[in-house]
Amino acid sequence: MSPIVLKLVSQRIALGLMLLLAASALIFAGTQILPGDVAQSILGQTATPEALENLRRELGLNEPALSRYFSWLADALRGDLGTALTNGKDIADSMIGRLGNTLFLAASAAVVSVPLAIFLGLLAVRFRNRWPDKLISAVTLATISVPEFILGYVIMYVVAVKLQWLPSVSILRPGMDFGDKLEAIAMPVIVLTFVVLAHMMRMTRAAILNVMESAYIETAELKGLSAFQTIFRHAMPNAISPIVNVVMLNLAYLVVGVVVVEVVFVYPGMGQYLVDHVAKRDVPVVQASGLVFAAVYIVLNTLADIIAILANPRLRHPK
Amino acid sequence: MSRTTNKPTGLSRRGFMGRASALGLMAGISSVAPLFAAEGVKGGNFVLGLKGGESTNSLDPALALSQVIFALLRATSETLVNVASDGSLELRLAESVEPADGGKTWHFKIRSGVKFHNGDTLTAEDVLMTMQRHSSDDTKSGALGIMRGIESMSVEGDVFTVNLTTANSDLPYLMADYHLVIQPKGGMDDPASGIGTGPYKITENEPGVRHAFEKFDDYWDDSRGHYDSHEILVINDDTARAAALQSGQVHAINLVSPKTARLFGRAPSINIETTSGRGHYVFIMHVNTPPFDNKNLRLALKYAINREEMVEKVLRGYGSVGNDTPINDAYPLFDETIPQRQFDLAKAREYYEASGHDGSPIILRVSDAAFAGALDAAALFQQSAQAAGIPLEIKREPADGYWSEVWNKQPFSASYWSGRAVQDQMYSTAYLSTADWNDTRFNNAEFDAMLLQARGELDVAKRKEIYGRMGRLLNEEGGVINPMFNQFVDGMQSGVQGWVSNPNAELMDGFIASKTWFE
Repeated sequence: MSPIVLKLVSQRIALGLMLLLAASALIFAGTQILPGDVAQSILGQTATPEALENLRRELGLNEPALSRYFSWLADALRGDLGTALTNGKDIADSMIGRLGNTLFLAASAAVVSVPLAIFLGLLAVRFRNRWPDKLISAVTLATISVPEFILGYVIMYVVAVKLQWLPSVSILRPGMDFGDKLEAIAMPVIVLTFVVLAHMMRMTRAAILNVMESAYIETAELKGLSAFQTIFRHAMPNAISPIVNVVMLNLAYLVVGVVVVEVVFVYPGMGQYLVDHVAKRDVPVVQASGLVFAAVYIVLNTLADIIAILANPRLRHPK
Repeated sequence: MSRTTNKPTGLSRRGFMGRASALGLMAGISSVAPLFAAEGVKGGNFVLGLKGGESTNSLDPALALSQVIFALLRATSETLVNVASDGSLELRLAESVEPADGGKTWHFKIRSGVKFHNGDTLTAEDVLMTMQRHSSDDTKSGALGIMRGIESMSVEGDVFTVNLTTANSDLPYLMADYHLVIQPKGGMDDPASGIGTGPYKITENEPGVRHAFEKFDDYWDDSRGHYDSHEILVINDDTARAAALQSGQVHAINLVSPKTARLFGRAPSINIETTSGRGHYVFIMHVNTPPFDNKNLRLALKYAINREEMVEKVLRGYGSVGNDTPINDAYPLFDETIPQRQFDLAKAREYYEASGHDGSPIILRVSDAAFAGALDAAALFQQSAQAAGIPLEIKREPADGYWSEVWNKQPFSASYWSGRAVQDQMYSTAYLSTADWNDTRFNNAEFDAMLLQARGELDVAKRKEIYGRMGRLLNEEGGVINPMFNQFVDGMQSGVQGWVSNPNAELMDGFIASKTWFE
């Protein structure tokens, strides 16, 4: 790797870390301005004033915010995310399982959807403005337009309730082997694939069509390459940067944005974990989850930048 | 609807014995032996799909609040007594309950030979420490309110004794509160261990996802706990829960949405069980805050609400009309002669004019967090009130933070009460002038005096008469508009046998896993 590339890449990484620090401050500030009171939320409607005061004191909610931010940040850097206020469990421990589930679902959905989207995009370019292109666009745009919970309910009703092919709840039990797990998450994977397909497919199509106007494509055609070879060997590498960006955005979405699908299919992922703790004002968990989500976004986007730099020599020499 | 069963309690052996104990509430209670049901096939894995569980749930009984932990405590742990489906007391970890000193002192003889899941044997000391944990000054227990009247507690041999500041003939009922499950050493060292004396012991605990149990081999009561293993899946989404029942992944679910309950009932393999309970959906006015400090205005609003329509449209028929008190016929000693307040626009208009209200909008704060369909109920209320010339306005509040920011803070809002085991407990919780959750700010010396009088009254007929007068007073003077009592609507596979409706809570008072079996 040349020094200039190394410099660019390390710049990106440093920028990512700074962003993460800024995000941590924002997350902390955000959790401070949530309305309501953690003690009241834990104890509920039937809490007595004494019980509330006792709990508040025990949770240290009377300390000033700034000192709590720095001690939290220092602990987080050491990998200690603290314990949940509500059930006293270690956050890192409970989160590892949840994060693992989320990544498993996201990875499964990505393995299906990314190649499929790119392939469909290439196909759409190949048959541009003819019926395969129009069919692909119509179907993928239709599935992205339907709210994902409705898509989930429809698939659940047909596949689980009527046909009884797959389980309607995607609960993972210990002792399940890989095949059982794949069966359990089959329905959410289908729904997620439908949700992210259109975005990536459309971007692939647009980016490649853009470079298809270039002179070197004409040259390739004149060389006698087949249409698909031209697209794949010559157009694709030059269009990779916007495609990678969109793919990364969608991967990030698959990790942090799938709470609705998790709820519908009762999948024990990060989204549900975060929402439950927000509802209970369990601030340490909300902060820790926020940090993890921010890290996922930043890492994936940094990765997209780095891939773009490596794939496209022009980005290495900014004017 | 194919098989909606709302069985009245027949005079089965169990029912008969329960009733016998009710008749001898004061004297003969100790004669009730544990009830052994002859039926009950053993075996199988029973899966419940429940709404009301979060990743934040703790196994500490003191913090129990939502349905999943309630069901979990019912499966893993036990209280001294239960309230049976007919309102009588059922002895569990207490072998006998005896009052002394006119109801000021209560002796609970603790059952011998009961084992905890960790192998320890239950002692009266465990009971004492449990009660101490729930009543100490620094407790966070949801049961603290009902432990208030206790002056001292002690143990002698296998007898646990409670001394009260004033006589309370309902004290045994208070000990049935689901928070007060007995834990080894009172749970002082590890409150969230999940160890109890119940028929199932916990094997896996993933809050907000699933809880798994296996049969506890040393369980003392052979008539309960028929399944080899048991599992609770947390399914908060209504449609997903319904689909899980339809596709056979779970055997029973709670909180079937009234909108879909009738459609469900058509499926041959699924039963919908409805149980009239004590929970009620209410609109509460602070009687000390203008304009609600005006009795005529309160009466105008009470007459302007169309109860029948609300039961029909908001509860879809799964409920019954309320009468502006928190009490209905699911309570023991209910006075059925209190006249039902009817929807009467002429009277509403009359009272509204008599109140001399200046015509400024009367703001009702509502969110669906208060109860399912609260916004619809408020809209119906607004329409009928406007027909009587009352300028009722709805202010929609966010569900998030409703219980901490709106309820018990704003002078007129929607709310929900789940009801209590006995009238005394319900009134002491929310209508006594000094109650912790006096969410209507009701302050009536006569009412307070009657409540204390009834509490110490050992003559059942006299108590009933006093409760009747209290009900009438509250119906006339109170700040609560109670249009409806909701029913528990549970769904079950038809292969599950042994269902007995229990008005105390959903799913047979939470005992569905302990008391049912597969055919």
